[in-house]
Amino acid sequence: MILDLAFIWAAIIAFAVLAYVMMDGFDLGIGILFPFYKAEADRDRMMNSVAPVWDGNETWLVLGGGGLFAVFPLAYATIMPALYAPIVIMLLALVFRGVAFEFRWRTTRGKFLWDWAFASGSIVATFAQGIALGTIVQGIPIADRAYAGGWWTWLTPFSLFTGLALVVGYALLGATWLILKTDEKLQDRSYRFALVLGPVTLFLIGLVSLWTPFLEPLYMERWFSWPRMLYTIPVPLLVALAAYLLIKGILKREELTPFLASLALFILSFIGIGISFYPYIVPPTLTIWDAAAPQESLGFLLVGAVVLVPIILAYTAYAYWVFRGKVGSEGYH
Amino acid sequence: MDGFDPVLLARWQFAFTVSFHIVFPAFSIGLASYLAVLEALWLSTGRTTYLTLFNYWKKIFAVAFAMGVVSGLVMSYQFGTNWSVFSDKAGPIIGPLMGYEVLTAFFLEAGFLGVMLFGLNKVGKGLHFVATLMVAIGTFISAFWILSANSWMQTPVGYTINAAGQFVPADWWAIIFNPSFPYRLVHMVIAAYLTTALVVGAVGAWHLLRDKMNDGAGVMFSMAMWMLAIVAPIQILAGDLHGLNTLEHQPAKIAAMEGHFETRAGAPLILFGWPDMEAEKTLYEIAIPSLGSLILTHEWNGVVRGLKEWPKEDRPNALIVFWSFRIMVGLGFLMFGLGLWSLWGRMRRRLYDTKALHAAALLMGPTGFVAVLAGWVTTEAGRQPYTVYGLLRTADSAAPIAAQAVAASLIAFVVVYFFVFGAGVFYLLRLMSKPPHEGEADSPSDAHLRSAGIVPAPALETVGELAIHPEGRR
Ligand code: HDD
Ligand code: HEM
Ligand code: HEM
Repeated sequence: MILDLAFIWAAIIAFAVLAYVMMDGFDLGIGILFPFYKAEADRDRMMNSVAPVWDGNETWLVLGGGGLFAVFPLAYATIMPALYAPIVIMLLALVFRGVAFEFRWRTTRGKFLWDWAFASGSIVATFAQGIALGTIVQGIPIADRAYAGGWWTWLTPFSLFTGLALVVGYALLGATWLILKTDEKLQDRSYRFALVLGPVTLFLIGLVSLWTPFLEPLYMERWFSWPRMLYTIPVPLLVALAAYLLIKGILKREELTPFLASLALFILSFIGIGISFYPYIVPPTLTIWDAAAPQESLGFLLVGAVVLVPIILAYTAYAYWVFRGKVGSEGYH
Repeated sequence: MDGFDPVLLARWQFAFTVSFHIVFPAFSIGLASYLAVLEALWLSTGRTTYLTLFNYWKKIFAVAFAMGVVSGLVMSYQFGTNWSVFSDKAGPIIGPLMGYEVLTAFFLEAGFLGVMLFGLNKVGKGLHFVATLMVAIGTFISAFWILSANSWMQTPVGYTINAAGQFVPADWWAIIFNPSFPYRLVHMVIAAYLTTALVVGAVGAWHLLRDKMNDGAGVMFSMAMWMLAIVAPIQILAGDLHGLNTLEHQPAKIAAMEGHFETRAGAPLILFGWPDMEAEKTLYEIAIPSLGSLILTHEWNGVVRGLKEWPKEDRPNALIVFWSFRIMVGLGFLMFGLGLWSLWGRMRRRLYDTKALHAAALLMGPTGFVAVLAGWVTTEAGRQPYTVYGLLRTADSAAPIAAQAVAASLIAFVVVYFFVFGAGVFYLLRLMSKPPHEGEADSPSDAHLRSAGIVPAPALETVGELAIHPEGRR
């Protein structure tokens, strides 16, 4: 492990992506669950539980993309064309769900339309993100500093499968978030959803983990060669612990544990992917050092990131704090 | 021109999506500041009209802002999907500028937006005002960085080029404050303020036309007209200086904007005409002798360079920029005229009951957007055939994507944008069509939710109305 600017930046970008997955994950998840909650009052509450924070959540996606552009321009320049269709579809889906937050309140007759836009936008955006993940994991062909595949190369059973897995996973985050933020019937229903989504998510995580090593000899070696295994073995063990806490939390009707345990599952899966990848940023060709921008760019932006990211985290936490507690419980009935 | 040229399609896609995007920030940069002013006035004077206006425009801001965010998100990924070679080469310079935009502006806006929209009851007046200020400052910082990036593409300095053909930053200060940046920043921010003032003025005028006793309408109309009267002349001056700066750094762009093909001393000012790129002259021109030289060189006999000085393949399309430039300038003078008229009305104490003035302000409502778009077309089309002026050609910037893929995504963007943003504009107009003192509970869902704690926009009106009723409406 070499602790230089490129490495530090890889860690920051990874952090931004993880922050995105953790934060936008549950608000996309709420959109995914939308079709299953029919009552208008429930939907209003679900939407209100994320309305004040969704824009901030999505900004991590801008940081992920913009950060890649800034510090790993070659990765950005090869991943984006490789993912052309999924990215465009994701962006369009995010357009639909983003405006739904406001448009929904501006019309009575057309409300169903924006409910629909919110739900389908969330589902499609998540599915596209899952496909993007799968595509990067399975490897991107590169020749001469440019993407060398076709515009359908991303489409494989594996990438479709990771797309599906992410939809289920975000739905779990959404359900456990609702457990935390709502009460009574709405919360009951969310417990029931979480109880189904939890095991299914675990099953899918398991399948993806078993499938991945067979895609690339590199990944196989990472996970199953001795003594490397000593470093990697804690990950599945911790997944098992998080799974236990999740299911137990749901069954005992705890409010915070299921959400935290679901987040833990995402963090662990993310670490797992990191273990498979490192030091590649665009497997199987580009390492983080191949793709890194010149030192001058890395250093310049790092100064800002070191100062600003903690400040951002602080006021983001403040915004969550302002809107803490159950949503719409005061005088709602 | 072959319709299936992927580069051309990518250019259309970029132009289309960014043109939609810029419309919303141009409005929300101005509106965020206007909201901050309204809230400050309310806090310092206690006059409820200001709070009513704040709540009124806040709802409109929320809708416009959401559209700005989602259309901006598209932009930040489009550099990679469609302009990957540009991203690889210019990323080390443009990327960190946009990275700073995310870190200093987007997070700030997004973090405090929720508090501003939904939080008055939760955090109290003081902190709420801080949140409003943060959003306003965030929109300005956003303009700062993105315009720096764009200006660097127009007037690149402070770089070296490495073996891989990438631009490597050598002097960040020079890069950020590149030669055209100060001019572009000033001109664009003023443009945003003008655009917003025109919209606010049109909405005020519309309600005054229907009910000239409406207090809120009167206040917003008056505020907007002050803005216009003061800022429109400044904008004309700023535009002139911007043009002189362009003459220094991008003379071919100026030649195209002016429709000059020949280099001459004592060049005329061509008012109207039809620049013909093939024939290399401007047809049907109506011109004032020598004035062109006077404006550009400040001498009657100054030499002005014409497009023929550059090889054909290095020239921007004069027909486009000639006309887009005239649209912008023409509208700028119209805005100035409206500002003068309002001053005249004010002097005669007829500001609130000159129907013709109100009608004119109403008609002028959308012209800010038109001028902004025309200005950007001038800037960007005038930079052609380069993405990084003089250094990286547009044709060499594009991603290796099949034409069908670009065409398909272009169609998808067009369809989705017209549908989604069309609906959004409809909702905006509907919000604006309601006078500022009533119509707060505009849909049953709002009324129903009002008791529910965290609620979008309407929640604040609760406070607004409580404050209004004790004193009666006006
Ligand atoms: C309300 C909007 C508005 C108005 C009334 C004007 N402009 Fe403008 N103009 C813009 C909004 C704008 C803009 C959208 O903000 C641009 C595009 C890029 C930029 O920096 O500003 C622009 C660009 C732009 C350029 C191109 C600079 C370049 O790219 O090299 C010039 C020379 C002018 N303007 C000059 C003027 C003049 C002489 C005006 C006098 C009436 C004027 N503008 C009115
Ligand atoms: C191609 C260039 C551009 C890109 C890549 C871009 C990118 C973005 C992105 C990603 C967002 C969403 C931020 C969020 O999630 O909160 C956004 C919003 C915004 N952009 Fe742009 N932008 C571009 C051009 C511009 C220009 C030219 C201006 C102004 C001069 C501008 C001003 C803003 C502002 C003020 C916002 C906040 C949302 C709003 O006000 O509607 N952008 N932009
Ligand atoms: C937001 C206001 C903007 C508008 C309305 C605008 C408009 C346009 C237009 C009309 C074109 C097509 C020009 C042509 O093909 O003849 C274009 C191209 C382009 N612009 Fe802008 N632009 C804006 C801001 C920006 C900013 C802020 C950046 C960069 C930071 C930028 C970068 C580009 C690039 C990379 C292209 C594609 C290559 C090209 O065709 O030149 N633009 N833009």
